[in-house]
Amino acid sequence: MPIRPLAAALALSFFAAATALAGDWQAVLDDARGQTVHWHAWAGDTRVNDYLDWVKGRVRDEYGIELVHVKIDDTGSAVSRVLAERSAGNHDDGSVDLIWINGENFAAMRENDLLFGPFAERLPHFALTHPEHNPEVVTDFTLPTEGFESPWGKAQITFYYDADTLEEEPPRSMAQLLAWAEANPGRFTYPRIPDFLGSTFLKQALIALVDDSDALYAPVDQSDFAAVSAPLWEYLDALHPHLWRRGRQFPASGPEMRRLMGDGELELAFTFNPAEPAAAVADLELPESTRSYVLDGGTLGNVHFVAIPFNSPHQAAAMVVADFLLTPEAQARKQDLAVWGDPTVLDVARLDDADRARFEQASDHPALLPPQALAETLPEPHPSWMTALQEAWQARYVGGP
Amino acid sequence: MTAGHRLRLQAIEISLEGAPLLRLDAAVGPGEVLTVMGPSGSGKSTLLAYLAGFLAPAFRASGRILLDGSDIGRLPAERRHIGLLFQDPLLFPHLSVAGNLRFGMPRDKVDKGERVEAALAQVGLAGFGPRDPATLSGGQQARVALMRLLLAEPRAVLLDEPFTRLDLPLRHEMRRLVFDRLRQAGLPSLLVTHDPQDAAAAGGPVVDLAGQ
Amino acid sequence: MLRLAPLLIVTLLVAPILAGLTMALLPAFGYLPALGGERLSLAPWRELLAQPGLARSVAVSLASGLITTAVSLGVVLLFLAGASGSRLDRWIRRLVAPLLSLPHAAAAFGLAFLIAPSGLLARLVSPGLTGWERPPDLLLVNDPWGLSLMAGLVVKEIPFLLLMSLAALPQLDPDRRIAMARSLGYRPLTAWFKVVAPALYPLIRLPVYAVIAYATAVVDVALILGPTLPPTLAVSILTWFHDPDLSRRFMASAGAVLQLGVTAAALVAWWCLERGATRLGRHWLARGGRGQGEQPLRLAGRALILLATLSAFVGLVGLALGSVAGFWRFPEALPQSVTAAHWLRALPTLAGPVATTALIAIGATLCALVLTLAALENEQRSGRHPAQGRLLSALTLLYLPLIVPQIAFLFGLVVVMESLGIRPRPWLVMFGHLLFVLPYVFLSLSEAYRRLDPRWSQLASSLGASRHAVFWRVRLPLLLAPLLTAGAVGLAVSIGQYLPTQLLGAGRIATVTTEAVSLAAGGNRRVIGVWALVQACLPLAGFALAVGLPRLIWSRRRGMQGAP
Repeated sequence: MPIRPLAAALALSFFAAATALAGDWQAVLDDARGQTVHWHAWAGDTRVNDYLDWVKGRVRDEYGIELVHVKIDDTGSAVSRVLAERSAGNHDDGSVDLIWINGENFAAMRENDLLFGPFAERLPHFALTHPEHNPEVVTDFTLPTEGFESPWGKAQITFYYDADTLEEEPPRSMAQLLAWAEANPGRFTYPRIPDFLGSTFLKQALIALVDDSDALYAPVDQSDFAAVSAPLWEYLDALHPHLWRRGRQFPASGPEMRRLMGDGELELAFTFNPAEPAAAVADLELPESTRSYVLDGGTLGNVHFVAIPFNSPHQAAAMVVADFLLTPEAQARKQDLAVWGDPTVLDVARLDDADRARFEQASDHPALLPPQALAETLPEPHPSWMTALQEAWQARYVGGP
Repeated sequence: MTAGHRLRLQAIEISLEGAPLLRLDAAVGPGEVLTVMGPSGSGKSTLLAYLAGFLAPAFRASGRILLDGSDIGRLPAERRHIGLLFQDPLLFPHLSVAGNLRFGMPRDKVDKGERVEAALAQVGLAGFGPRDPATLSGGQQARVALMRLLLAEPRAVLLDEPFTRLDLPLRHEMRRLVFDRLRQAGLPSLLVTHDPQDAAAAGGPVVDLAGQ
Repeated sequence: MLRLAPLLIVTLLVAPILAGLTMALLPAFGYLPALGGERLSLAPWRELLAQPGLARSVAVSLASGLITTAVSLGVVLLFLAGASGSRLDRWIRRLVAPLLSLPHAAAAFGLAFLIAPSGLLARLVSPGLTGWERPPDLLLVNDPWGLSLMAGLVVKEIPFLLLMSLAALPQLDPDRRIAMARSLGYRPLTAWFKVVAPALYPLIRLPVYAVIAYATAVVDVALILGPTLPPTLAVSILTWFHDPDLSRRFMASAGAVLQLGVTAAALVAWWCLERGATRLGRHWLARGGRGQGEQPLRLAGRALILLATLSAFVGLVGLALGSVAGFWRFPEALPQSVTAAHWLRALPTLAGPVATTALIAIGATLCALVLTLAALENEQRSGRHPAQGRLLSALTLLYLPLIVPQIAFLFGLVVVMESLGIRPRPWLVMFGHLLFVLPYVFLSLSEAYRRLDPRWSQLASSLGASRHAVFWRVRLPLLLAPLLTAGAVGLAVSIGQYLPTQLLGAGRIATVTTEAVSLAAGGNRRVIGVWALVQACLPLAGFALAVGLPRLIWSRRRGMQGAP
């Protein structure tokens, strides 16, 4: 293992400085100037990529930071890269400076001490999220973030359909969904496990099907998994024969499901981004007659974050970028339907008037839900449930005839 | 070009993986043509390859190749000053006629252009310099190949059945031209052929490899 | 210096592969201290074997390797046997050649859109012929048996094997052989199979093995067309390596070792088939049957190769349509409206990746050309020519990167590079590409180089040209056309690389291929169309240059118009 005494000493002094000057944001800004931040972020959507491009220009002008969007198709690859670096003894010159992350990826990195922090509370704009009123910005799948990641955006399961081709009312509950699928065989599906959205669908179904969902908010090994999850498998066994391709094949991801909607293969689909259907109409992917809704009783929602790996050599600049992402300017632009449409994590009601005005956009697109429709958010279960459900699903449905 | 060179092949023996292939001992004077005859497989081409410096590693050869008294047997091909004439004219297709003629000319010549023109005029091809060699007739190509050889100022020449591909009337003409030029230049030459008429036209001594 | 070239090449190629394999092997048996694996154990293997659907993954990988190769080789041989030099045959050959440069991913995207139930074919015949107002619920793309995967691979491997065969054929003098056999009463097709094929096969054996290895372990095509429940072994391994549950890397390493075994098993199985075929073939040859009913086979050869070629082209047309499509409801054969919006949106983001792609591809190709020329020139000067088709010469190790699955050693290689303190840089990616570019460049150039009439260089040195002069003034200009073709092949190989770029570049180095595959995660057919077309056009530009440049340079040299 190569020893780099100088670099190690520098890293130590940085930590010392960071502790000593806690709150001295100016020092961080000074350190950050001239640094390059490699941000590993999922790049499957051009709208997201374009937004990141805008951020790149802004942080260059404002803070002299060079931001590079490292386009990945799976956040796990960034996690495993940091791991590979640590296994090679690279503790201070990693290639990842910032990761777009949440859920099990965050849990895995925390567990393996791969993250830098706590840093979120040091970001000046973090206060605008008002965590004391909005616990979801400091909770990631029931795990407290403890400042090791900074909130960035929000997601909530939203269903959508083409009002021109769907004659009856779309299903409003899991039970109705099963009946609807039976009546419309081959026109609904969900992304293949372990896809993020697909796994979320399992959790959504499980929450709706169990009598008492308390067990889901504690680690899975504290309860009888087989017994708790039994209603889910019963439900899926009944549902699968009526799914697209009779449940013998599933789309890879939410975006692929969206494409299948555009191609007319599906009549009903869902997404994690409430603005996605409207955005897809604007991008000519879905017909004008697209409409969206949430299930009665609410749907799962969560917050996504950015985190900084322990071995990033540009932690100061990474923090400055994370802070910029929390500015009302950046958050309002991200929420703008014409840009991306990702809901803000700021507590808009507690902003001053000028900033609050930034968020008042004309959001009367017919495919877009009004904000109050998203009020009923079900919290995410403990991340261990996700893993357990994924494994059980695969054991049950992979490699069948 | 009239100095007159002498080629002496002293106790040449070539073997392939231990089996003896051919043996030759001969002297070729200035302007003289030694004809080596023999059926295919008798080692004619191997002999040429050895003399020119291209013997494949599988062969073993002994003896000495003396050109004007110095042993050139260990020199690389390009420093032996032995010219080659093949069955085909083999004009470099990527060069013009003049380019072909210039290719072998010693570097220190200053009047290259004039020499090329003069050489072309000598064989009745004046003004052909800028032409693409592929547009020349077979006989014209053969003449350019001969002049290319001579312009390189070799001290001895190896001829590898140079007339077999030519049709009959052209063959007579080329034989006369080639042997006249070689004699004029005082070059000792070694002709490999299986055509007795070649040997007759060369007029020099004949060695038959088949007899060994 | 020149004498070191073969050694340098072999070291350059073999060392990283061995190092990478070692770093896959150790974690496969539980050793990876950074993750707490301090002792050797079989636990990763137990975990691997417990994976649902593993047997199916392995079976599909194995089958796709063998079936893809058998079908591609069969179609190519049938076509060559039936080819009569007619205008149609020449036209087909000309059509196939550019397909070689088409990146696998682009071909796969095109095919997927062509054959999907809501794809171009279904749209063309619906609702008129089929009555489908909505796409039928048919499992065609990503079918569990890997048939669409194999189809996608066949479309790409046919051009490869065809061009390799066409390069090897002239030295067999097939026309004389056929004429001889026909004078003995054999019909042309039978004659070809009896007197040409047995001599041709040893010359293309290596490319055939490369196809087997590639088809058993391909990642990008399998991601697009392959089965999903479970996916092929290579795709599963990739998923495990990227699993946020870091302990899965042990199992992933075991999977990489298993992949190596699966590829080896496919190669051994093929070798046994070869043996069997030789034995049966000998019997068939000696029996002296003159063959009947040739016409259908002849037609089949042409029809199959046309089918494969046209599907690739029509697929590309579909992608092109998609890239300018407004909303495009099924079953409309053409989009309701045409828009440049997708291209306009992509253009500003294209420049960077296109430049990076070109830089890396040109760098890797130049390195490969220099090394290949050095090795071939050394061969010429030492007078030692490796026996044709012999598998065990030292330079054969050159083809190791084509036989060892990428996924088996690349992850290990990343760990090795990391521990050497080598950070991801464009040159590291270039080096990674070189591993795959070099063998293909060598494969494309060596035949022409070795076959060049030795009398040219003999003549030149007898005219007093030094060895360097012979190389620069004679051999290089005479071989300009094959040299440029080899360069174009090198560029195409580099441009198509996904896994090495992604892993060695730490994802920081964005090429058109990594961009296309990562955007594919978004499933937006319009964006995919834009990127796949760009990805397909870049290598095509290389080939156009390789064909056009010699014509331009030698426009006044008739003797240089054909291949030397």
